[in-house]
Amino acid sequence: MQIHDTPTLKAEARNLNFFYGEAKALKNINMPIYDKKVTALIGPSGCGKSTYLRSFNRMHDLYPGNRYEGEIRFFPDNTNLLSPEVDPIEVRMRIGMVFQKPNPFPKTIYENVAYGLRVRGENNKRVLDDKVEHALKGAAIWEEVKDRLQDLAPNLSGGQQQRLCIARALATDPELLLFDEPTSALDPIATGAIEELVHELKKRVTILIVTHNMQQAARVSDYTAYMYLGEMIEFGKTDEIFIKPQDKRTEDYITGRMG
Amino acid sequence: MQPMTTEQIRALIARGKLKDTIFQALGIICLAVGLLVIFLLVSDMLMRGLDRLNLDFFVEFASRRAAQSGILSAWVGTILVMFVTALAAVPLGVAAGIYLEEYAKRNWVTDIIEINITNLAAVPSIVYGLLSLGIFVYAFGFGQSILSAGLTLALLILPIVIVSTREAIRAIPAMIREGSMAVGATRWQTCRYHIIPYAMPGILTGVIIGLARAIGETAPIITIGALTFIAFLPPMPFTATGADGVSAGLFDWVMSPFTVMPIQIFNWTSRPDPAFEVNAAAAGFVLMGMVLSMNAIAIYLRYRMRKNIKW
Repeated sequence: MQIHDTPTLKAEARNLNFFYGEAKALKNINMPIYDKKVTALIGPSGCGKSTYLRSFNRMHDLYPGNRYEGEIRFFPDNTNLLSPEVDPIEVRMRIGMVFQKPNPFPKTIYENVAYGLRVRGENNKRVLDDKVEHALKGAAIWEEVKDRLQDLAPNLSGGQQQRLCIARALATDPELLLFDEPTSALDPIATGAIEELVHELKKRVTILIVTHNMQQAARVSDYTAYMYLGEMIEFGKTDEIFIKPQDKRTEDYITGRMG
Repeated sequence: MQPMTTEQIRALIARGKLKDTIFQALGIICLAVGLLVIFLLVSDMLMRGLDRLNLDFFVEFASRRAAQSGILSAWVGTILVMFVTALAAVPLGVAAGIYLEEYAKRNWVTDIIEINITNLAAVPSIVYGLLSLGIFVYAFGFGQSILSAGLTLALLILPIVIVSTREAIRAIPAMIREGSMAVGATRWQTCRYHIIPYAMPGILTGVIIGLARAIGETAPIITIGALTFIAFLPPMPFTATGADGVSAGLFDWVMSPFTVMPIQIFNWTSRPDPAFEVNAAAAGFVLMGMVLSMNAIAIYLRYRMRKNIKW
């Protein structure tokens, strides 16, 4: 492989283990996340892909009894995201997340997007207005909502709500954006819009996306990781994983013999 | 097993539906009994007290002559005591509820606290009266004042406020909390921007249910020594209190002796002169009106606030 083919590392999981109480949910995961690329996590239900994703922004810290082992290194500063010395809030300030089910706050469209900025102490209306508009444009929803920014967000359609949630995450310029099955609650048209958006967003931000849908992984991602029973079975360029998987289990899954 | 014929299916449904009908009828009867009793009570009070229900009744102090007696000091006292109660119970109860739901770690200490709060709600009100007599009236030296009464009733409704705060918080989906934390908010920011506003309708309902209970409490108020006959109002802030022309301070009224509606009613029912029974009935009707209007306010506020909160 030539040097210029090798993308920059944005993050890297090193010997990552994760425990829900006594139950080991992730087993010794090693995986690179490349800068400004889309990496898809696929695998059957319960394989640990969401658990893995939620380790990146320390979502597990919200609940008692969860424990990490190993590291997730975050670049360029080589911070270990999982270190007890690193505040999870610092991690979440740098890494955005979009959830499985659209979860807009029961507030106005404007306030939903401005929230991340307000949390950072930004109260200047001009700055907020600018950033809200920019984020909504980035999430390809500006045209639909620009005349009703003061409407309540939960009145939007499901697909619009999800794009609003993407705008909410984008407003604070995250370095890495986590998507946890962002289209599983959406119809095919809304799904198409989100996929297109993911494709567009990778120019600006590194993306890690969990998906149940293998066609989706093939369509949107540059790299794909196949997980099974808490283990990382195979990681590679999406084309290679889908065309010529190295591991029998990966092949079984993507050809539909399992899962 | 043979598949059922259409007739058999219909017979089966008819049998099932008969039970539906029976249960429905029973339910309506039970409901009617409850409503009828309340209706009879209220209308009986209204009939017996109707003679005294005029404007004079509200602006007159209690008197030795039944026909000239009013409930001025009682309703003013009730409102002021409720004000102190709310002022003390709401911040304490809401803060405690938020702490327990959002901050406290789940361990044996919080388990014990949990059990204690449940038990606190079951403590007879007279016990709170005894406690307050010792603490507020004597140890703190608040005397037989509006302050003592308000704090006593605040203790009484504190568990109700805590429990309703916690229930309102639990009704907020985890994904809202996660959504807030995911953009880098602290716990307090999450509480301030989301948890408290979204829980507010439920909290408010709990507060008003608590106050509606407190407004009718008699035993603890008697225990701390509220007067049963009182012919003056607590000092209005900034008005002259006596011949020396000294103005009352903003909070002088909290230390004033007082009476409240249930005590006034209790006092009148224990008089030998049957004319006072009319007064008692009229005052009882007014008290019912106060409770029902508080509930009405609670329902309205909850409806107003919930309109904009959905997930």
